[in-house]
Amino acid sequence: MQLLVQVIFVLIAAEIVGAAVMVVTAKNIVHAALWLIASFCGVGALYLLLEAEFLAVVQVLVYVGAISILMLFAIMLTRHVTGKGAETSLYQRWWVGLIVAAVLFAAVIAPTVLAHPWETATAAPALPGETGQPAAMAGIVDLGRAFVEEYLLPFEIAAVLLLVGLVGAIVIAFEERAARRHIPTLAEEVAHRRQPE
Amino acid sequence: MLTPYVPILVLFLLAVFIAVFVIVLSSQLGPQKPGARKLAPYESGMEPIGPAMRRFPVKFYLVAMLFIVFDIEVVFLFPYALVFRELGAAGLVAAGVFLAILMAGFAYEWKKGALKWD
Repeated sequence: MQLLVQVIFVLIAAEIVGAAVMVVTAKNIVHAALWLIASFCGVGALYLLLEAEFLAVVQVLVYVGAISILMLFAIMLTRHVTGKGAETSLYQRWWVGLIVAAVLFAAVIAPTVLAHPWETATAAPALPGETGQPAAMAGIVDLGRAFVEEYLLPFEIAAVLLLVGLVGAIVIAFEERAARRHIPTLAEEVAHRRQPE
Repeated sequence: MLTPYVPILVLFLLAVFIAVFVIVLSSQLGPQKPGARKLAPYESGMEPIGPAMRRFPVKFYLVAMLFIVFDIEVVFLFPYALVFRELGAAGLVAAGVFLAILMAGFAYEWKKGALKWD
């Protein structure tokens, strides 16, 4: 069983990394967004493998279902999809991206690695079945209790963060709506194309 | 334990298998005689005009963003909903403040007319 879980983990991890590599190497930016969805799905499967069911569902619901759609919309309404022209100038400064990515990755991984009490293989961790398996919903119940007691402030700050996102989206969209260029309908475009002849 | 999720794994593997099987089968068995007419994009029989992927109106983005905000709100409320009876008044106040902050945003959004599709 343990071996099977490890095999599944390696497969999922390979899928995530492979999809992530495709995200940064895909020429078509829409394809990159679709690969990102594949990567998100893999992360959701990883959460499920860690028996974090709630996080897995949230990952699929929020990242796969909403964030990726938002990205696709953002791509479609900001630029022409082929993305030619911007490529050359971006590729010349690839090392800037490398540094930023490395620093961000270190900022995420360093606290985890430093704070985690690494156990050097003294005893195998008890299997959940042997010590009494927690109920499937236990983690979520703890989470709900933690929101109100231990992490009350982050919980309320999350609401403020969502509020900022909401107001920001409205402000940006209304500015864009006021200043946007006229997007021709198909009939107008046909008429425009016929005119020069 | 992960045993309840084995059916999901089986379903997933079946789905991948069927998709790959059908694509490979049709690419191997189907006759391939491409021509300029066949490869041209189909646009209701008329000559294709302009690029297939055009810029989208910004209101799609706005709807997606509003959806995400309230989607995440529900995600935050779900763990609370499981324990709201034992948490009592303190929990109600905490969730009430959380909701009140978001309701302010909702009122702003409503007043601004962001919910209208014009």
